[in-house]
Amino acid sequence: MGHGAKSVNQPQRMTGSAAIDGTAIFSQLDLTLTPDSWTCLLGASGVGKSTVLRLFAGLAEGVTFTGDLSVPGRVAMMAQQDLLLPWLNVLDNVLVGARLRGDRPDKGRARDRLAQVGLADHADKFPSALSGGQRQRVALARTLMEDRAVVLLDEPFSALDALTRAQMQELTAELLSGHTVLLVTHDPNEAARLGQTILIMTPSGLVNVTAPTTPIPREISAPDVLRAQTDLFDQLRRPT
Amino acid sequence: MTGWRAGIAATCLVLALWQVVIWSTGVARFILPPPALAVQTIWESRALLAEHAVITMAEVLIGLALGAALGFISAISLVAWPTARALVRPILVFSQAVPVFALAPLLTLWLGFGLWSKITMALIIIYFPVTSSFFDALMRTNRDWIGLAKVMGASPARIMWHIRVPAALPGFASGLRLAAVYAPIGAIIGEWVGASKGLGYLMLLANGRAKTDLMFAALIVLAVLTILLHTAVNKVCEKTLDRPEGS
Ligand SMILES: Nc1ncnc2c1ncn2[C@@H]1O[C@H](COP(=O)(O)OP(=O)(O)OP(=O)(O)O)[C@@H](O)[C@H]1O
Ligand SMILES: [Mg+2]
Repeated sequence: MGHGAKSVNQPQRMTGSAAIDGTAIFSQLDLTLTPDSWTCLLGASGVGKSTVLRLFAGLAEGVTFTGDLSVPGRVAMMAQQDLLLPWLNVLDNVLVGARLRGDRPDKGRARDRLAQVGLADHADKFPSALSGGQRQRVALARTLMEDRAVVLLDEPFSALDALTRAQMQELTAELLSGHTVLLVTHDPNEAARLGQTILIMTPSGLVNVTAPTTPIPREISAPDVLRAQTDLFDQLRRPT
Repeated sequence: MTGWRAGIAATCLVLALWQVVIWSTGVARFILPPPALAVQTIWESRALLAEHAVITMAEVLIGLALGAALGFISAISLVAWPTARALVRPILVFSQAVPVFALAPLLTLWLGFGLWSKITMALIIIYFPVTSSFFDALMRTNRDWIGLAKVMGASPARIMWHIRVPAALPGFASGLRLAAVYAPIGAIIGEWVGASKGLGYLMLLANGRAKTDLMFAALIVLAVLTILLHTAVNKVCEKTLDRPEGS
């Protein structure tokens, strides 16, 4: 799928420090998102990964950021919670962006997106009638519907069971190929399967971990994935 | 249907207790008429009761509609404009310290003996519960929904209309349910202070003429109408505003 005019021609870069109420969250961070590829961000809980993502999304209320941030224009975002609106059916949830902007809703395209995530037959259902995995697929369809060059994902699969998670990783990688993606995750295997750049965030800055060079999504048990996964475990355990 | 049956059973229980009190105390019928007499009076004075009940219900329904609309708009305005919120909230809370009953003579003075003083009384009495329960629900909107809407490029007005208001409708519904019970109280107070029509007026009139049976008849009609109103509002809320659990 293309996103024509909205394609990124310059890398999205954040250099600087952030604080909440005078308490430093991170300092002297230098993060560059390689255009049209997947960057995975790992790191200990509370180190500031979601804050980085919210800054890119322009959502960091209460966060004081000092430094340079090339704002990527409009982005799409998907988080651990599906954030479906319970009073709208699946199709209207996919169309919610247009509704919120006052654009004409393109039902045909929304149905195509639902078909891409395998939910063509569920368009008229309400979110409460779906499983967790199905709801997250609706959230993916809604994200695709936005058709943005830059997509920010904050642990989008962490609430899913192992099998569903593996399927969602493959589906998302396939449908978001060619986008600039920032994926925050706690799962070394996920980073090894999907990362084209893999970064670990620590209080003293970013650590670059060598990522496999094969195309994504990679097989869970491919040798280069397993090697990268082991590397990542070692790095994450290393005291900082 | 269990609620419906329980209602009938409770009514029978009250009637039985009422009758027991009369038998055991031998109280005079002009002080406390037996239930059978009250029911008989309802039947015999049905035209009179209906005439006054229509007036009271008109006051209640108009007051309810206006109070609900005003509360709906106020709550949204208070949420949308922080300055208004800072100014108006203390006033709203302070206004609750004024006994509404004390306002009734003033309203009659300002608005006259007709419908409007009673409608206003009903409106005043329901305005606070409707506004505050809707306001609280609007303030509790999931921040992540609002964040997502902002990322999608929504204006504050559209976030209000497409996210916050629908998310808060169950809160508005609980305000409406309270209002359905409070509105008749407002109308009756208004009628007591000064009226020439309505069930409240009829009760005072019957009381003055020691027609206790008519007074009880009017009271029962009022209670039944209030219960019907509450049930109807409840049904409408369930159908249109509430959301099933777990969604
Ligand atoms: N509203 C807030 N007020 C004060 N501190 C906050 C607030 N929100 C977050 N923080 C702090 O900012 C830091 C970074 O939070 P952030 O959510 O970015 O971490 P994270 O790396 O995403 O963690 P996790 O992996 O658990 O999601 C945390 O130490 C947290 O305590
Ligand atoms: Mg986080």
